[in-house]
Amino acid sequence: MNETAPLLRIEGLTKAYPGVVANSDVGFDLHAGKVHALLGENGAGKSTLVKMIYGLVRPDSGTMSLRGTPYAPVNPNAARAAGVAMVFQHFSLFDALDVAENISLGMDNPPPRRTLSARIREVSEAYGLPLDPTRRVGELSAGERQRIEIIRCLLQDPKLLIMDEPTSVLTPQEVDILFRTLRQLSAEGTAILYISHKLEEIRALCDGATVLRLGKVVANCTPAEKSASELAELMVGQTLHAPSREGTEVGDTVLTVKGLSMAAPHAFGTSLKDITLDLRAGEVLGIGGVAGNGQDELLAALSGEAPTARDAVTLNGAPIGHLGPNARRALGLLSAPEERLGHAAAPDMSLTENAMLTASQRKHLAHRGFLNWAAARRFAQTVIERFDVRTPGPGHAARSLSGGNLQKFVIGREILQDPGVLVVNQPTWGVDASAAAAIRQALLDLAAKGAAVIVISQDLDELMEVSDRFCAMNEGRLSPARPAEGLSVEEIGLMLGGAHDMEVAHVAH
Amino acid sequence: MIRLEKRPEPSRFWTAATPILAVVLTMIAGGIMFALLGKDPVAAIRTIFWDPLFDPQFAAYSRPQLLVKAGPLILIATGLALGFRAGVWNIGAEGQYIIGAICGAAVGLAFYPMESWIIFPLMVLAGALGGWAWAMIPGVLRTRFNTNEILVSLLLVYVAEQLLASMALGALRNPEGGGFPGSRNLQQYPSAANLELIPGTGMHWGVVAAFIAVIFAYVLLNRHMTGFHIRLAGQSPRAARFAGVNPTRLILLCLGISGALAGAAGLFEVSGPAGQISIDFNVGYGFTAIIVAFLGRLHPVGILLAGLLMALTYIGGELAQFMLGLPSASIQAFQGMLLFFLLAVDVLTNYRFRIGKGAIT
Amino acid sequence: MNLGAIDPVLLIASLMVAATPIILAAIGELVVEKSGVLNLGVEGMMITGAICGFAVAVESGSPVLGFALAALGGAAMALIFGLLTQYLLSNQVATGLALTLFGLGVSAMVGQAYRGIKPPATTRIDMGPLSDIPVLGRILFNHDWMVYFALALVACVWAFLKFTRGGLILRAVGESHDAAHALGYRVVPIRLLAIAFGGACAGLGGAYISLIRVPQWTDGMTAGAGWIALAIVVFASWRAGRVLLGAYLFGGITVLQLNLQAAGLPVPVEVLSMSPYLITIAVLVVMSARQRGAAGSAPAMLGRIFHASS
Repeated sequence: MNETAPLLRIEGLTKAYPGVVANSDVGFDLHAGKVHALLGENGAGKSTLVKMIYGLVRPDSGTMSLRGTPYAPVNPNAARAAGVAMVFQHFSLFDALDVAENISLGMDNPPPRRTLSARIREVSEAYGLPLDPTRRVGELSAGERQRIEIIRCLLQDPKLLIMDEPTSVLTPQEVDILFRTLRQLSAEGTAILYISHKLEEIRALCDGATVLRLGKVVANCTPAEKSASELAELMVGQTLHAPSREGTEVGDTVLTVKGLSMAAPHAFGTSLKDITLDLRAGEVLGIGGVAGNGQDELLAALSGEAPTARDAVTLNGAPIGHLGPNARRALGLLSAPEERLGHAAAPDMSLTENAMLTASQRKHLAHRGFLNWAAARRFAQTVIERFDVRTPGPGHAARSLSGGNLQKFVIGREILQDPGVLVVNQPTWGVDASAAAAIRQALLDLAAKGAAVIVISQDLDELMEVSDRFCAMNEGRLSPARPAEGLSVEEIGLMLGGAHDMEVAHVAH
Repeated sequence: MIRLEKRPEPSRFWTAATPILAVVLTMIAGGIMFALLGKDPVAAIRTIFWDPLFDPQFAAYSRPQLLVKAGPLILIATGLALGFRAGVWNIGAEGQYIIGAICGAAVGLAFYPMESWIIFPLMVLAGALGGWAWAMIPGVLRTRFNTNEILVSLLLVYVAEQLLASMALGALRNPEGGGFPGSRNLQQYPSAANLELIPGTGMHWGVVAAFIAVIFAYVLLNRHMTGFHIRLAGQSPRAARFAGVNPTRLILLCLGISGALAGAAGLFEVSGPAGQISIDFNVGYGFTAIIVAFLGRLHPVGILLAGLLMALTYIGGELAQFMLGLPSASIQAFQGMLLFFLLAVDVLTNYRFRIGKGAIT
Repeated sequence: MNLGAIDPVLLIASLMVAATPIILAAIGELVVEKSGVLNLGVEGMMITGAICGFAVAVESGSPVLGFALAALGGAAMALIFGLLTQYLLSNQVATGLALTLFGLGVSAMVGQAYRGIKPPATTRIDMGPLSDIPVLGRILFNHDWMVYFALALVACVWAFLKFTRGGLILRAVGESHDAAHALGYRVVPIRLLAIAFGGACAGLGGAYISLIRVPQWTDGMTAGAGWIALAIVVFASWRAGRVLLGAYLFGGITVLQLNLQAAGLPVPVEVLSMSPYLITIAVLVVMSARQRGAAGSAPAMLGRIFHASS
């Protein structure tokens, strides 16, 4: 490694929010032509750090220097002017606008539209990321949307490219393509700051890594020299136990879905196409897929939020497709949607009220429509105790809980109602590692007691850990289920639908 | 630099304190407004808020008026608050109020001159049904065609006003009225009159209905599944759907209740204090009730207090007009100002102000 | 009944006058809604503009000055709304209603001194020989300058939204304030500008009613025009060109029903008077039923509160 002057040097950056120090005395160097990983759990302070580099948040103290000169961007425009570009994980595309308009909005001095469209085509071909400038963004897949962001950055010829959790929305094959693009960029001299909590990726891609835990730098290392479990330990600060499971008897089929089709509920939703699955007591069925391929819609169809044809869904032999959520709950089919705040739970309501939200029937919290708040409070308290939810008490608002704690509450609320079938979507999304492990264990325990569980997730590692059988969703279709044991990453990738409309030649080898 | 920071949970203290703070701020700003009009601000504020209740000369007349004016405001606002809580914006209560009055009065007049105890209850029923039906128009259009209920309910106020004019001049005109517009005076028709129940208090059946509505709404919101669903639907629509709430039914229910209460309020007014259907018997209670609902924090007990306060500004406003020559419209501006201040200070419930540290450069 | 008394040329000419206040208010609100803000206080801003314009024109004798101050008055009212919704994060529906109630009250208070006065006349633009063209001349080239100003404004807004970078940024803010913020756009100032523009337009529309259309001052004289402007924005599917269509449709019905009243059509006057509102509702229903299926044309952030949490 040639020790030239760093492109970006960060020293002593500190940023505090009320009640939490997001970054404390963080420092490291980035070199041109290198891929540097920023590794850490959810809540370790990665996002805050990159927001400071990109000018979205100002540090309380500390300094940054770019090519040896002081660097303190007051806003993202200043950061871009200095040659820093960022690909966001969320929130930076406009669904109703087209690709060229979206890219134009991310540039400070965009060329006229026609020139811009030509440039987009040019760059997208040079880096193997095909993109049509006239398409509406809302109609694109997650992978294509990410391409917009990358091309938006590349058009500005950045010296430093920040990638925030770029692979969470990609299939394995798409990840390969992305890595090829990133390697090409770094070979051309661009520095890349790569944020992730996926250890294997970082080992494969990155030249150096900085590990953050609770806002502090706990290690600087070369990822290729560490094993994944060593990195995990640095990141989490403790050794994690993989969920354990006893071999359980798989029982009779309890839930059958047959030929389920459903129109997209809103303009940019996904329609479900001829979905068929069956689920037996005591098993965990994992459903993988890239975001936006119909997972939310499938959950809605199973939970009863989007009633379907009567015979499309049967529970214990009885048709329930036409029933709403409460009728299904009464029969033992429970669910937990992906979005905790605003869907699975009402943010401004107390935990007691949130317990009432789904448990009023099975826990007898209401009598003839009149609510028994004392019983609801007791039930909420039970969930809090049994699932180790960290909160001062059931009277506190759901939004005051951290993501992991609220998720434990939501999952616990359903599990403690003794479901016959439980359907969960993204049960550990944005949850810290220990809470995630606890949630997975709880799902396995539930299955061990004879319930049937469907876990919908975009995290393949999670699915491999908990599933007995695995199937994949792609553009509203569900693949046939296969035993999870022994599935390789390539096989899963193909089940997930490969690299969407990427050129096959680029992928297959 | 001042920044807003979201509180982890709503502040209980500010939930109760913001309406009081808003009233105080409105008194200050209103005082400035009155001073600009060339009136003594202290005298004006005292005339509006103090004299109607405690001035020996006026209190005897004004105190009963408090309930007379607060009754319809509370009745309408209670219904509106249920909808506002659920995110259903019925702002056409004025129209439902008018239609309720027309329907109820029409039933009463149809029986004239027969006397029976059943007539008045039938009128109340007809009034409520009329208001309900008028509110069902935006309700059905919203649920069937996804039409914005705010605009439809409001536009229907203008339609209702035209209907009122046509009724006062046509179908319901007093045949013995010598050609003057306006219906028979229901006050002089014992079976249809909504009379003062306890002399000297202003208490009439509308006020009784308002108190019942407050209790009913309180129980509904706090102790019943329907009320829970109403609150849930307003706060997080997706969570409500997940909890099994049928949005269509909820929208129709909320519009229906608020329409029926507004309609009943119209009937109580036309058969009581107003006395007859005339072109301009309505004085904007349907709009002022929106202020009452917000000032009462959409909470039934709060609405009760807010209704009384708003009634006081009406009476005090009239008194100030009479005593100090304050323009009658100034009280309307004053009420609008109150809503502004309330919405402005409401931020304190969910956010706190922080004086930010200077950013480094 | 004497339908022959209705002169179609005059009808169309007066339709353009009747539509002008709606065009002004609706095109302003369209810009506001495009930025993701729902300001229901159009009626309040219009009536404020109506009295400001009227009072200033009467006092100064200059209708132009009246219109200028009407725009300022409307914008000032709008900025109260902007302050509350953008900085103090109040509910936009409630704040818009407050604006309407407050505007009606304040205008009636100020307007007391101006009842029964005639304002100075606004000059017509002399189009020379153009206005002598038969039929077309009377329809198109025989109006006061505000009519043409309103049409020019619609064209400007259309071009701004479609072709300029400012227009693109405005639409972007209305589609996703979080994304716009993440890219470094200043959501709140951009929205405040849009809100002020909307207020100024509504103020002009109100002044047009009090200074030209009626012309005199009566309390609450906008009579729901602000609400109809709001409905026309929905009718127009948030497109500038269609605002014209909607406003002319409404203006046509208003003028026609007035003419029919005068002609003594055997239909109760009240039914004719309520027809503009009923037809607005009907049009609203048709449009919203149609928009339901298609990709929503309403700005995605309409009415949503923006608070940069980071």
